[in-house]
Amino acid sequence: MADKVTNILLAGVGGQGILLASEVLSEVMMLAGYDVKKNEIHGMSQRGGSVVSHVRFGKEVFSPIIPEGEADVLFGFELLETYRYLPLLAGHGSVIANRLRLMPPSVSIGVQEYPANLEERIKAQVDKSYIVDGLVLALQAGDARTINTVLLGALSTMFNVDEKLWSEALEKMVPPKTLEQNLKAFELGKANCG
Amino acid sequence: MKREILSGNEAIARGAYEAGVRVACAYPGTPSTEILENTVQYASIDSSWAPNEKVALEVGIGSCFGGARSLVAMKHVGVNVAADPLFTLAYTGVKGGLVLAVADDPELHSSQNEQDSRHYARAAKVPMFEPSDSQEALEFTRLGFEVSEKFDKPIFVRTTTRISHSKSIVTPGEPVTGLPTPALEKNPPKFVMLPGNARKRHYVVEEQLQALEEWACTQSFNRVEERSSKVGVITAGIAYQYTREVLPDASVLKLGMVYPLPKQLIRDFAAKYETLYVIEELEPFIEEQVQAMGIKVIGKERLSICGELTPGRVSKALLDQEAPVHYAPEIELPPRPPNMCPGCPHRGVFYALNRLKAFVTGDIGCYTLGFMPPLSAMDTCVCMGASVGNATGLNKVIEGEDKQKIVGVIGDSTFLHTGINGLMDMVYNNSTATLIILDNRITAMTGRQENPSSGFTLSGEPSPVVDLEQLCRSVGVKHVRVADPWDLDGTRGIIKEEMERKETSVVITRGPCVLIKRDLGQHKTPLVIDPDKCTGCKACLRIGCPAIEWQADEGKAHVNELLCVGCGICEQLCKFEAFSTISDKGGK
Repeated sequence: MADKVTNILLAGVGGQGILLASEVLSEVMMLAGYDVKKNEIHGMSQRGGSVVSHVRFGKEVFSPIIPEGEADVLFGFELLETYRYLPLLAGHGSVIANRLRLMPPSVSIGVQEYPANLEERIKAQVDKSYIVDGLVLALQAGDARTINTVLLGALSTMFNVDEKLWSEALEKMVPPKTLEQNLKAFELGKANCG
Repeated sequence: MKREILSGNEAIARGAYEAGVRVACAYPGTPSTEILENTVQYASIDSSWAPNEKVALEVGIGSCFGGARSLVAMKHVGVNVAADPLFTLAYTGVKGGLVLAVADDPELHSSQNEQDSRHYARAAKVPMFEPSDSQEALEFTRLGFEVSEKFDKPIFVRTTTRISHSKSIVTPGEPVTGLPTPALEKNPPKFVMLPGNARKRHYVVEEQLQALEEWACTQSFNRVEERSSKVGVITAGIAYQYTREVLPDASVLKLGMVYPLPKQLIRDFAAKYETLYVIEELEPFIEEQVQAMGIKVIGKERLSICGELTPGRVSKALLDQEAPVHYAPEIELPPRPPNMCPGCPHRGVFYALNRLKAFVTGDIGCYTLGFMPPLSAMDTCVCMGASVGNATGLNKVIEGEDKQKIVGVIGDSTFLHTGINGLMDMVYNNSTATLIILDNRITAMTGRQENPSSGFTLSGEPSPVVDLEQLCRSVGVKHVRVADPWDLDGTRGIIKEEMERKETSVVITRGPCVLIKRDLGQHKTPLVIDPDKCTGCKACLRIGCPAIEWQADEGKAHVNELLCVGCGICEQLCKFEAFSTISDKGGK
């Protein structure tokens, strides 16, 4: 992973805290000494639309968006949104997906159905795919709102980065009152990615 | 050395701070909004929201004439509004440096068109820097103030969405010191643009541009990167990053200033390469000027004028290489467009307009989403404030029953931006159209910024509130009514009566945005649906609330209590009394 740029695509639904998760990831990789770029589209994010965030790190990063078909990790916060962004994944890429289904508008109003068996589909198509029980683990950590930290813990198993940097970044970016729960959530995610 | 990860917008704010800026002014607009949200973090900068971009620029011009360095920020379409002062500011020049940060939106991520602001630089004769990452956004903004004063010109710093909202590593610098204290200066030949003075200033404008172009040929912001390949590329901004990604061996003339172009530098560079590309987003702005110099380049014959560039699109256009697709969904997926929030005060208004079969001239804001099914109650959307004039114009030509169906819909912030002028016209010229002002007490779409009717300034200080009813009455509207948008029957009744009225009328639907932080305490208990009472009639689905989910297997509706804020609109549509609040049932 030394000189080559690593590409992480975060995908989910507006309001799930994807931007904060990508901030933490970027901070960790900057602290680890990498060049880092990240990008996402603001504006519509709080209105329940599909949201992606691109994070790239390595010796020198040029484009802030991941070249098509070159995401090393597709990091999904919701199953449908994970599945939607499969075309951006590299051939050797991995998927880490949260076990969560959120209804898009056409499903809510009964015009379309939420696709069935998405977990199975993802696993059948991508060899290296991991489904994380984000909410269950977050509740174990003591607060449903630590779900993103659980997912970051799972993601952290993909990289060879000093663990202290993750706790340092979390300390800087989560509310002090919730730090202990977040650190616990991170550990739970890390231990349960598989 | 301290390193930080900053967005392009944060870096522009930091650059302004380091340049000693005293005044920053803007109207919010994606993707430029965060510039002012960050300048306000610096105590040395007086940061404020103006009602529109023209006022923002005029405020900036005033403080610049007083000798203070001033930053004005807006999105691309904001420059259309600010164009009037801009073109003449180019003649007066500056006293304190003035930088206009403009953020374009190729691909229309959150805009109504994808116009290319570089044409404004040329048309208004205002030099333009274009950064390619956050470090350059900081440096070019800071440098922009020096260049502004050195050449007596306002300066554009142009970004695009992928620069404004991308974060990259920045090493900040120290703020400058020793700038002159602002003072009044009478200098009519420079500041009073009557024909006699302006005629003379036009010569100055042309001389300065020539001098600036020659100077820019020698500056490091325009640089040549020589590499092994026989291909040469002229590029700027985000396109530079895609060039490096896709053509790593190409030599590059990387332009930091895209207007005026450094012609001598371009000639020298072009002479060395057999194949020359111009890689730029949107218009062939650089390409056509280079062609006009008699140099053959390849550009828009391969790269699209429409949409943004990506590494894959550049690769496909120039190398004929399709981006690889290793995995793809094997079934059709339901789309996930943005939607009005649960509890949004706009939802009930659009439901009423849908039921009344109104023809709705719309405007720019969250409420533009009212065009989507199932509300489907917006029929036009052109630009900020256009709903009012559009309604007046339609009302002039449509006769019979349809004449009274014409309703303009505009948000409070958009009304104060450029809607009030249209309302004066509506009254003055005896239109019988109806205008609805969706007063949610905030500029919601861009992320909840304060405005003259919200009661607070950008820095969070309380301020006087524009009284919308009095404002409408003062321009001559005789019929101004206020409706509670969460009361479906009440709102529909008022809108119906005013649509039927053969005079100009205004309905103000008043309810705060559910995302305003200071009002979040007003959220009510979520509702629940009693499955025994729900008949599966789907009436509650007609408002398209994200908190109500159709359960196809049970044939019943269900409320997602994590999303529901208890606004109660759905409850008013249910004929079977299936809705209740959780507390009514004595807990879950």
